[in-house]
Amino acid sequence: MQQTNPASTSKDFLLSVEGLTVSFDGFKAVNDLSFYVDENEIRVIIGPNGAGKTTVLDLICGRTKATAGSIRFRDKELTRMREHEIVHAGVGRKFQNPSIYEDLTVFENLELSFPRGRGVFGALAFKRDAEVVSRVEEIAEMIFLKNQLKTEAAILSHGQKQWLEIGMLLIQSPELLMLDEPVAGMSVSERVKTAELLHRIIQDHSVIVIEHDMKFVQDIAHRVTVMHQGKVLSEGSMDHVQHDPKVIEVYLGH
Amino acid sequence: MIGDYTLLEFSSILAMQGFAGLILFSVFVLMALGLAIIFGQMGVINMAHGEFMILGAYVTWLCSGLVTAYAPALFPAYFFIAMALAFIVTGALGILVEWAMIRHLYRRPLDTLLATWGLSLILQQLYRSVFGAREVGVSLPDWMMGSFALTDIIEVPINGIFVMALTMLISLAVFLLMFRSRWGKQVRAVVQNRAMAGAVGINTKKVDRLTFGLGCGVAGVAGSAFTMIGSTGPTAGQLYIVDTFLVVVFGGAASLLGTIASAFTISQAQSTMEFFMSGSMAKVLTLLTVVGILMLRPEGLFTLKMRR
Amino acid sequence: MNTTLYTRREWIALAIVAALILIVFPVTMDVFRLNLVGKYLTYAFVAVGLVLCWGHGGILSLGQGIFFGLGGYCMAMFLKLEASSPENTAIQSTPGIPDFMDWNQVTELPFWWVPFKSFPFAAAAVILVPVVFAYVIGAAMFKRRVGGVYFAIITQAIAAILTILIIGQQGYTGGVNGITDLRTLLGWDIRTDSAKFILYFVNAVLLIAVLVLGQMVRMSKFGRLLIAMRDKEDRVRFSGYSVADFKIFIFCLAAAFSAIGGAMFTLQVGFMSPSFVGIVPSIEMVIFAAVGGRLSLFGAVYGALIVNWAKTSFSETFPELWLFAMGGLFIAVVMAFPNGLAGLYRSHVEPFLAKLTRKSPPSPAPDTAPVEAVKLAAE
Repeated sequence: MQQTNPASTSKDFLLSVEGLTVSFDGFKAVNDLSFYVDENEIRVIIGPNGAGKTTVLDLICGRTKATAGSIRFRDKELTRMREHEIVHAGVGRKFQNPSIYEDLTVFENLELSFPRGRGVFGALAFKRDAEVVSRVEEIAEMIFLKNQLKTEAAILSHGQKQWLEIGMLLIQSPELLMLDEPVAGMSVSERVKTAELLHRIIQDHSVIVIEHDMKFVQDIAHRVTVMHQGKVLSEGSMDHVQHDPKVIEVYLGH
Repeated sequence: MIGDYTLLEFSSILAMQGFAGLILFSVFVLMALGLAIIFGQMGVINMAHGEFMILGAYVTWLCSGLVTAYAPALFPAYFFIAMALAFIVTGALGILVEWAMIRHLYRRPLDTLLATWGLSLILQQLYRSVFGAREVGVSLPDWMMGSFALTDIIEVPINGIFVMALTMLISLAVFLLMFRSRWGKQVRAVVQNRAMAGAVGINTKKVDRLTFGLGCGVAGVAGSAFTMIGSTGPTAGQLYIVDTFLVVVFGGAASLLGTIASAFTISQAQSTMEFFMSGSMAKVLTLLTVVGILMLRPEGLFTLKMRR
Repeated sequence: MNTTLYTRREWIALAIVAALILIVFPVTMDVFRLNLVGKYLTYAFVAVGLVLCWGHGGILSLGQGIFFGLGGYCMAMFLKLEASSPENTAIQSTPGIPDFMDWNQVTELPFWWVPFKSFPFAAAAVILVPVVFAYVIGAAMFKRRVGGVYFAIITQAIAAILTILIIGQQGYTGGVNGITDLRTLLGWDIRTDSAKFILYFVNAVLLIAVLVLGQMVRMSKFGRLLIAMRDKEDRVRFSGYSVADFKIFIFCLAAAFSAIGGAMFTLQVGFMSPSFVGIVPSIEMVIFAAVGGRLSLFGAVYGALIVNWAKTSFSETFPELWLFAMGGLFIAVVMAFPNGLAGLYRSHVEPFLAKLTRKSPPSPAPDTAPVEAVKLAAE
């Protein structure tokens, strides 16, 4: 609740979302939404189904175009940029269902995300040199897949696929990572490892996470934003939002 | 004055061309309705749709021959019998094809496109082997021939009005079936969430099969109407498939009303332009305009903005 | 590592294709047959493009005949102008213009025909006209995220439009008969046996060059991106790639390959007509790639050879059976053999060869099955 003085200080934030609105045929999935993310912060967005959480990520990464409002990342206005330009600016996005290239190996999956040779001719001329190999191996170690580099991605377990996709973001070295339900469908031990991975990631990245698993949220979140019907319902520490009567009303009220 | 015509003459000519395009409009609507049901609701591309239409045309032709030979008294009404039969026969073939081929190819739209193209080749050759390569035509009962004069200049062909009225009835029936009946609700449920529809007790396989059958049956009726504007031959259907796809896409694949509006626009544009230039150039210009608009607005004319 | 071995196997496959079309066919066949095979091989250019564009990239174009035809027409226009010298056409009411123009009361060479008097212009146009056309289509469609079925239908519609246009404007295009009676290329008579023999080799060498180029694209990161785009387009986009640019490039490359095929067709067969542009030929070109195996560049060559050989021999002996066979082929490659000959080779012949080579280690002899199949085809 302390961060309600906008505009003047917004330059200090990594990401400032202000007055963001999108409507699908009159239905406002996101309605006049504002929030700010600091550097090296883990921000968790929670909220009931249909609150517009995934749509917010879609808007930030350019998958959906905003009807109104602004999304500033550093000094760039993301609402006017194309998806791959937003990625180049330093925003990485993980999807709800693991989105990896099933027909390619783990190595190739990571290699394709390596931030070089991103143009048509760059891709034609791209060479798999020592830098690429060592970076891929470094990331693979971080995401617990060091021994699966030559495995076809299709035969990884669900949890491993989630990690691989996180790894594909990490290799891009984005400043901001957006993870949509990173632990959905994971076993307990995989969740613990994922939390560990996230703690390592935030040492030099900011992260926005959408998550339903409250124990996991408590474990990782610096600040929590609760969304409801396309708006921010409450914002603050986990402890704060858990005791916010508005939040209790929405979750338990009906 | 436009060219050598007075304004009255000119508008009359436009109106005449418009009425002349009514049957083309009807064929487009019925073909496109079938395609739109199958494609829009099931995501399957049926390249053999033209051949299903031609099957309906052959059924109509057979009917006309049989009725003339064995029950000439029924001749004035034979067209209704023929249409019903065309619907049943092509619908049955559609159900057979769905069972043998299409059901294995859901979720692979590009593959259904190639496989049904193969089916269309087989059907063409089948027609050639059974009915001969020669094109056939049907004779119409007297009451459907001729035209009545609306003004001094404008004459309206009776068969055009008749076919268009029937088309509108069929479109209405399809609309009611899809959006007002319990069965239509099931179809739409399957479209939106196949697994969930199955879980609440809808027999999704049966819904698929009947939907495909219905789409093909409507194409058969289109074939009946087609006998009035063209002669029926083994490859006649192929000429219509591209136009019909454009009608469906132009109208916005999920909207039945859009399909009708788009069929009207395209058939009328073509028919009107045919008066001023050769048929082939009229077709080139029409198709080019449609493709050009689709390039600028790929979602077609009538679609909802949806969350992707 | 796994990838290098894979490359080596692919290069062996390329060597076998090269040996087959550069040595086996010319040695075993007379000029008539060789010319026929040369004609089949012009379709292999299209099929190779489709393997990249459709098999790898998931972009099904049902309008490759457009580019084959444009390439072929550009070449035919040059040859026709050379064949229509004022001396050759002295009996026409307007000498010096192509005969079909004269028949259609056209009295002056249309302005857009004029530059085709120059060979360098025509040769450049063979590639550039189709590529620019493909770029316009590709940019309009892919930038607006149109793909899959919509793209297939739009390309098919464009093929249909172009055919109707060519047939309708016969005074400028030669109409349904196309541009016929082509004689010389820069004074060199292309109708003689020796010319046909040489053109066959030019065609074969160009095809091998296209295969090598295609293989280079395939083995580069671009090739892996194509597969990635086919699987998860959004993931590629959100890994920082402009998906549309990649699609436009591969579509243009496939168009360029098809155009080379079309130009070589005109040279070897001596005419070009709308019957190679429209819906039916365009979709048949897809089947060449599908029969060979939609992911196999070399399979595309075998696919083009086998299907066309079958078409020629069927339509001579049992014309009524051909459409049944062709229709069945479409259904079979979709339902039963989605990876075509290459898939059959990998699942049946390769394990068998592996067993053989284990007994007698030093003989790596892959790809014999397709070779035999094509030998059969050539007889």
